[in-house]
Amino acid sequence: MKIAFTAAGTTWDSQIDSRFGRTEFIVILNEETQQLEVIDNSAVKNEAHGAGTATAQKMYELKPDVLITGNGPGDTAATALKNLNMKIFVDAHNLTLQQAYNSYKSGSLKQL
Amino acid sequence: MISRSPLKIAIASGKGGTGKTLLSTNLAAYLSEFEPTLLVDLDVEEPNDALFINAPLLSTANQHKMIPVWNEQECILCGKCARVCKFHAVVRLGKTISVFNQLCHSCYACSELCPTNALPMQTHIVGETRFFEKESLSFIESRLVVGEEQAVPLINKTHSIAQQKYNHIKTHLLDCPPGTSCPVVAATKDAHYVILVTEPTPFGLNDLALAVETMRQLGKDFGVVINREGHGNSSVKEYCQREQIPVIASIPFQREIAELYSTGQLVYSTIPAVRQALEQIALVIKEKGAAR
Repeated sequence: MKIAFTAAGTTWDSQIDSRFGRTEFIVILNEETQQLEVIDNSAVKNEAHGAGTATAQKMYELKPDVLITGNGPGDTAATALKNLNMKIFVDAHNLTLQQAYNSYKSGSLKQL
Repeated sequence: MISRSPLKIAIASGKGGTGKTLLSTNLAAYLSEFEPTLLVDLDVEEPNDALFINAPLLSTANQHKMIPVWNEQECILCGKCARVCKFHAVVRLGKTISVFNQLCHSCYACSELCPTNALPMQTHIVGETRFFEKESLSFIESRLVVGEEQAVPLINKTHSIAQQKYNHIKTHLLDCPPGTSCPVVAATKDAHYVILVTEPTPFGLNDLALAVETMRQLGKDFGVVINREGHGNSSVKEYCQREQIPVIASIPFQREIAELYSTGQLVYSTIPAVRQALEQIALVIKEKGAAR
């Protein structure tokens, strides 16, 4: 399974970025190899519009099985993500990626 | 006399709820007692002048913007369209090109650069313009479709309708949206004179100062009308004095005005103080017209 996190940093101890479209980084955990892959999403800061659809497009390219995030995608991004076969778990604000992953594993994160 | 283009007077404000509609509708009706006048409601996200202008509806017209529509058969999924779209309105989602109409700015880049012409531009309804007429008062309003995010294209379209269809009317009053963002810039950009309506409160002052800054940046000639004069404090007056901004009229804080307004009535024929304010504003408008 590939698990994607919206992240404020690049390591296992980084905080979850509560935003979807404007997340600083997307970090992907490959559960089989336990490797982390980091995608820099910070260029989206310069965008006045369309951060949600831009990040959604990245998700289609990365094709994770699961997304763990904070607030959850906004309306437009949610529409864009509709046809992507990816489960979305939200309300992971104020957690590190490690904590968020543990919460997901124990079933305590809310699924959209 | 040489015929000239209409004198355009914008009625704007930083803060919402200061009395743009009250002033626009009453001023338009008052001016039309003397000569043909056009009132244009440019607050396309929430036009409300029609509640007060009791004129019969003559006609309506749909307004459009151009958006690309994906032709799956022609598409080779090269992704050029998504790369050139500054607004991420066109994205490649797996094997689908998705167009998000509300984000599209109709720049045509995706459509023009598509190597297989798979994104032809088509019309998309964004709003409606309504035309009213009563004696010497012509009135038009544009209304954005619920869910549409961009007010500016509809405001621009409404401007050009006013310009083309009502060029024979010498005075155009433009009731603008509140604030200082793009829709306000679009609504006031062609105005020869801008009336900033404010109220004598700290909120009124704060937002007036922002509006003044905007109008100065745009190089606009402007003056201030203080509504609800008599409550709040004197800080707006002091600010205008300090900044050498003319206060061209004041409308008093009177319960009777609010009562009439709340039932959708024009107030200047029953409230002398309002008529007096309109007379003063009309004089300023006349001067501005003569000085052009």
